[in-house]
Amino acid sequence: MPSKTISNLAGARRATFTEWLERDPTVTMLCAFILVAALAFGALTPARFFSGETFRAMAFEMPEMGILALAMMVPLMSGGLNLAIIATSNLSGLATAAIVTSLIHPSSSPVAVAGVIALALLAGMATSLLIGFITGCIVAFLGVHPILVTLGTMTAVKGISVYVTNGGVIGGFPAAILWVGNGTLLGVPVSMILFIFCAVLVALIMTHTPFGVAVRMIGSNEKATRYSGVATNWMLVGVYVLSSLLCWVASIIMMARFNSARAGYAESYLLITILAAVLGGVDPNGGFGRVLGLFLSLILLQEISTGFNLLGFSPHLTEAIWGATMLFAIFIALVRNQWSLRLWRSKTAQ
Amino acid sequence: MRKELQLVFRHDGQLALIIAAMALIFSVVSPAFRTTGNLVSLMENYSVMAMMAAGLLVVLVSGGIDISFAAIAAVTQYVVALILINAGGNWLLAFALAAAFGGLLGVVNALLIYYLRALSVIVTISTMTCYFALLMFVTEGKSLYNLPDWFTDDLTFWSIPFPVLVAAILLIITASILSRLSIGRQVYGLGGNPEAAKRMGSNVLGLQCFVYGYSGVMAGIAGLVQAHRVEEVVPNALIGRELDVLAAVVLGGASLAGGVGSVSGTILGIVLLAILQNGLTLMGVSSYSFGFVTGLVILLSVSATAYAAKRQARSSARHAV
Repeated sequence: MPSKTISNLAGARRATFTEWLERDPTVTMLCAFILVAALAFGALTPARFFSGETFRAMAFEMPEMGILALAMMVPLMSGGLNLAIIATSNLSGLATAAIVTSLIHPSSSPVAVAGVIALALLAGMATSLLIGFITGCIVAFLGVHPILVTLGTMTAVKGISVYVTNGGVIGGFPAAILWVGNGTLLGVPVSMILFIFCAVLVALIMTHTPFGVAVRMIGSNEKATRYSGVATNWMLVGVYVLSSLLCWVASIIMMARFNSARAGYAESYLLITILAAVLGGVDPNGGFGRVLGLFLSLILLQEISTGFNLLGFSPHLTEAIWGATMLFAIFIALVRNQWSLRLWRSKTAQ
Repeated sequence: MRKELQLVFRHDGQLALIIAAMALIFSVVSPAFRTTGNLVSLMENYSVMAMMAAGLLVVLVSGGIDISFAAIAAVTQYVVALILINAGGNWLLAFALAAAFGGLLGVVNALLIYYLRALSVIVTISTMTCYFALLMFVTEGKSLYNLPDWFTDDLTFWSIPFPVLVAAILLIITASILSRLSIGRQVYGLGGNPEAAKRMGSNVLGLQCFVYGYSGVMAGIAGLVQAHRVEEVVPNALIGRELDVLAAVVLGGASLAGGVGSVSGTILGIVLLAILQNGLTLMGVSSYSFGFVTGLVILLSVSATAYAAKRQARSSARHAV
């Protein structure tokens, strides 16, 4: 969905409330959706939807897909796509898990445990860095379409995970790692704090660094960006490295929540993360998108999921509603754009 | 155009050479590889994939992409099986139902893409989620085992298994449409340059309905044949195959940018993957390593194609100066 509307071009002198709403229509729409859904679920399940317990459950469930969606968002904004996010997460999770489970014994001292965990996390990070670097180099220097490259890396990386584990599970972690998935800090889940930290970081990188600006420019027009003197090749490598690093963070949360690592976890999330990003106003053609929009779309998806769960519907119905929400959001954006185009035309005709 | 054609032929030729070399190595190393029985069962195993690939190829040539075909296959398979179990029928009816229902779901994709003016990848991911999730919701994931006997009985025609025959017919039809019929040429036009196709008088809505409908028809029939092969209908058996099929079609030289791709290339792409996995199995390599090898082949293939195109573009630019 293009996050730019014609009405923005009219040039507002003083921002009134309606103009503020129109400045990012996606955010407005998502806020409206979230509000309507909250009221509907609140009315249908009184006293259960608006409860601390429900909100905590939502806060525990959201970060996993949230960080993966961030990992999808960065390449999307550069005009690409990373289909390997789940495979990358699982392999770096496996690398971490293998080191932790083989080097830590019940008799290990706390210092040794901390050292091994640090080493394991570094190994996971190195794994995802390497995958991101290879992916980025093929995309940037050979000019292969990102869908094709990441289709290949996804298959190969998952293949390595399956080969190394023979399809099995590595599990049984020390309490420090489980704390990331199940613990709370001042009442807020640790994973949620990690997610918010990543979201703020990505938002700052995309808006306040030369790298972020270059990535969005590449998403709009790669050739023009290159001719303006930006090293687009290395920027693209950076995109996939950043995406992979986010996968690494997701892998830690996934490991901690499942208390195990496996080649095939969370595969159903892959295409849903694209939906979440696009629903959040990220232009699938590249160039436009805000972390705030993604955050709101994740809240909406989680709200729908939790609400229908409280109503006793199967998770499958939730997924169907997610797909329908996406189509509905595209429809709303289309109507809004046509409406503002007509308004603009009638204004310029006078 | 001629240059593109040459590129296609060269791509096909290279693939054929690689396949021939692999087949030679495997048949020397493993005598089991070159038996007729192995080759026939290999073809039978990959026939369903070939049908879905034929549909996806047409969509890719038109410049779009369809992620929902595996979900369409799963839904169609279930609906047709339910009708056949409860009302009876014959093969003709089964094919007609599968084609009609699959085609209908495909046309829904086309209408959404056209009227919402959205990217095909986003729309088909959404519809995939809707179709498949609704199937799982309505059926509660229950499999169907009590398929009629006439449906599950093994059929061979001149010692060719039925699925292989169906796949061969569908591939021939697809090739004829793409290369001989006006609508097929218009699909290439739409993929090559949508604006030019529009100005030449192509009906874009009609073409898109045809393209996504065709993909749906192929998926529906593929689902039906899959049910015949495995003698049961498991709602989530086909899902997750989308990207495998995409990999095969892309290996066969189809471009995601549209306008390029051929049935012969697609067949070669599938044959390459099939022979690779079969040969490795027969050589005693663990099946757990297939994923890695397949991924590596995809990466090498797409990189080589892109590198060749880049070098050609550079050399032609130099000639122009």
